[in-house]
This record gives sequence, structure tokens and C-alpha cells, in this order.
Amino acid sequence: MLAAGARVRVRDDWPETRGPCHVRTPHYLRGRTGVVVRHLGDFPNPEDLAFARPAERRPLYHVRFEQEPIWREGHAGDEVQVEIFGHWLEEA
Amino acid sequence: MQDADERLLRAVMALLTAKGITSAEEIAERVRVTDAASPGQGARMVARAWRDPGYRALMLQDGTRAAEALGIPMRGAPPLGVLENTPEVHHLVVCTLCSCYPRAVLGYPPFWFKSAAYRARAVRDPRGLLAEFGTHLPESVRVRVVDSTADYRWMVLPLRPAGTDEWDEERLAAIVREGDMIGVTQVAP
Repeated sequence: MLAAGARVRVRDDWPETRGPCHVRTPHYLRGRTGVVVRHLGDFPNPEDLAFARPAERRPLYHVRFEQEPIWREGHAGDEVQVEIFGHWLEEA
Repeated sequence: MQDADERLLRAVMALLTAKGITSAEEIAERVRVTDAASPGQGARMVARAWRDPGYRALMLQDGTRAAEALGIPMRGAPPLGVLENTPEVHHLVVCTLCSCYPRAVLGYPPFWFKSAAYRARAVRDPRGLLAEFGTHLPESVRVRVVDSTADYRWMVLPLRPAGTDEWDEERLAAIVREGDMIGVTQVAP
């Protein structure tokens, strides 16, 4: 379980290039580093749910990122906060 | 065409009932709940939170329970999270992957919420987007875009406008618009 305040990197992975899949991790965050805000609960893995497969419950986190480095434009200090499943996060 | 739609609807409902998946009563109940959902529900929550610190604390901790406390039906709805705007932080809600929206408390989303333009620009150029809605934030205010990508639905608890200290809940609820609870606008008295 990841604690609030933990620095994490979103996996730089592109399963959509390998075949049909359903991913709830936005492309603009792959490979980006952020900070865990809190654990939101455990929810069935949408990557299985989408194909009507048995879906294991996985931890879901609210993760906060600085907005400017993602797009290399914007306003310093602005942020984007996103729900990301634990299996998409690695310690940074 | 309408007749064909109607026949299809009746056939699907008959099948769902025959297979024991749902009942006519349950469908009627869902239709009632869906029709009752509107921004007026979220506005009631906002007005209560502005006047009642205990309710505000509950709302920020567990939006679903706070909605239920005002009699808003939440059974079967995804968990509701509430984001509090402060003089330092302004929240803006978007769903870049699809069109997740807190329908139980805000009703049907406005047409632009699902548009590719809104979804793309909210994360990339939030201040430009806000300006087009007439919302000009000082540099000192942090914009926090909340992208609902999974199981939660998010609504904003907007800032209470100055000069409304003496207002009762009903009068306060009447000035809260759907855009204020998405975060594209701020409440104007």
C-alpha cells in the first residue's frame, strides 16, 4: 500500500500497442512523476471488467502532478489530480 | 421510428424481467431517481455546507453519505468525492477518458462536458478554458484540474460569495449553478 506523500512514477507502458485492451490511465501521464494524495479504496480492475473477466480488486489512488512539466507550458504551481490504480504506479 | 424504439424498449424490459435480472418496479424506481437528479440537488448540499460546519466536514470526507443525509438517492451510484475550493486553490473537474459525471447530484452533464475540446483543453490549458467561461483567476490562485478516470465521481464545493452571511439555505442554493460545481465558474451572488 502506498502512503500519502509517496513519490510515484506512472508506468511508461503502452499496452494499446500490443493488442485490444482497456486502460484507465490517461496517456498524458505515462512516465510522469507525481505524489500520492490518498488511497481512495479498492475497486475491481477495469482492465478485466471491460472484457467480462473475473476482476481482482486493486487499490486506487488519487495522485497529484505538476501541470506545467507535462505539457511544457502552463502556469507554475497549477496541478492535475488523477485516479490511478496501484499496478500502474512505481516508486520514484 | 419512435414506435420501433418503443417496441425495442418493451422487448428488452420484458427479457430482463423474464430472466429475473430486474423488475418493472425497479426500472420505474431508477427512472424516478434519474429524473429527480439535477444540479438543484448538488446546490442544496453546497448551501448546507456553507451554513453548517459539521455537514461541510462530512461532505468533504464522504460525499455519498452527505448526499444521502439530504435524502438524495445514491444507491447504485459510484462513490462521490467533494473538492473544496479555497482562496488558494480552485478545482476544475473533467473526464479526459470518457464522460464520468456525478449524475446523482448534478443530473445530466452539459453538452460541452463530453466534447473532445473541453476534455483536451481542461488538462492542457485550464486557465485559457476558464477565461472563456468568464472565470479569471489571480496568478496567486492554484488551479487543480481533477481528471476523473476511474471509480469516483467528483463535484466542487465552491467558495461562498461575500455579502451572503445573512442568507438562508434556500436563498443560497438558488445562486449555485451547475458550472460552479464543475469548477468552470464561480458563484456570483
